[in-house]
Amino acid sequence: MSARSAAQRSPAVANEDGLVTDARTAAASVVDPEIRVITIDELGILRAVEEDPASGRVTVTITPTYTGCPAMDVIRADIRSALTAAGHPDADVQTVYSPPWSTDWISEGGRVKLAAAGIAPPAPVPAAGVVSLTLAVRCPQCGSPETEQVSRFGSTACKALWRCRSCSEPFDHLKAL
Amino acid sequence: MNGPFDFTLALGDDALIAAQRLAEWTTRAPEMEEDIALANIALDQLGAARLLLSYAGELESAGRDEDALAYLRDDREFRNALLVELPNDDFAVTMAKLFFLAAYQLPLYSALAGCADERLAAIGAKARKESAYHLDHGALWVKRLGDGTEESHRRMQAAVDQVWPYTHELFAADPAAPVDPATVRTAFDEVVGPVLAEATLTQPDSAWAPAGGRAGVHTEHLAFLLAEMQVLHRAHPGAKW
Repeated sequence: MSARSAAQRSPAVANEDGLVTDARTAAASVVDPEIRVITIDELGILRAVEEDPASGRVTVTITPTYTGCPAMDVIRADIRSALTAAGHPDADVQTVYSPPWSTDWISEGGRVKLAAAGIAPPAPVPAAGVVSLTLAVRCPQCGSPETEQVSRFGSTACKALWRCRSCSEPFDHLKAL
Repeated sequence: MNGPFDFTLALGDDALIAAQRLAEWTTRAPEMEEDIALANIALDQLGAARLLLSYAGELESAGRDEDALAYLRDDREFRNALLVELPNDDFAVTMAKLFFLAAYQLPLYSALAGCADERLAAIGAKARKESAYHLDHGALWVKRLGDGTEESHRRMQAAVDQVWPYTHELFAADPAAPVDPATVRTAFDEVVGPVLAEATLTQPDSAWAPAGGRAGVHTEHLAFLLAEMQVLHRAHPGAKW
């Protein structure tokens, strides 16, 4: 097998047992344990999947959303088990912190999935790095912009709790970071 | 402080002890949303503490990892500022501590993001984004309580008066450090002044500036905090969940 970088996205290759043998596809298919509608690739925390050309050993590089994200251990374990299933039982998972993760790295497909699951996707991060909290957030249930923040901190480190004034439903909002 | 090890250890200890104090509010905050908020902020602080203490251990090259530094040092070996070890007291005191700490950590981490040490720069760039939310949250409550009822104003002012003297230690000059904390004092003042004014609170002009944390001389409160934080690890060395 040839070496692959994160930039080289290739379609899944299934062998006769139906197993996905492409390491990147396997790693990219791991879902976030706390937001189970979105993969770690769509969330933008999968940085690289590389295969050593000589040994065939796979190294996966990930980055946390928040420094204290408690899901990281589960994500590492899920990546290892996905790669084991894809024929790479000795995969190594590395964690990097620079450059820091930004909600701008969530893919378009990921944003659509978040909204469909009732989680309002984040607005673009202001260029100055200053977190602006005044942008209107659209209700993922009814689409109304008439919403209000209930709490800046929600059920996970990356989410805030909001409420829709039009349909009265509470919802999660993945806050810009 | 002097040198990257002492500096990194001091910042890591600030974050670790702040995390432990904030976590004490879990299940005790005045409302559920605030309970979750304080737990989230504690988690951010713990995340920064783990990165900083892990790196401090590497800089020291004595074989101590983040757990050894967090769980196997006595109070005299901790280098956190006194501010973060002060008891939570009432909610106003907790918010005063959170607000002042974030107003210090945000410009410090931002400056760190541009320093020559790549590891510290990466930690600073990551942590400052989270600090911005902490600062916003603390400022919100300082304003809400200060400019609230007569009773909330009285207690918020008392909290600011009580905690303020401990802010001076944060900015003790250390020219040899990767970022001299004295250089972020202006940024702190520029944030704190307007928030206190909007909160109709008076900024204390007390010259009393208790210090000693950076040299390992702490208040009596730290040893009790450490006893609770370290008991499991000391009783069962190497214990894992």
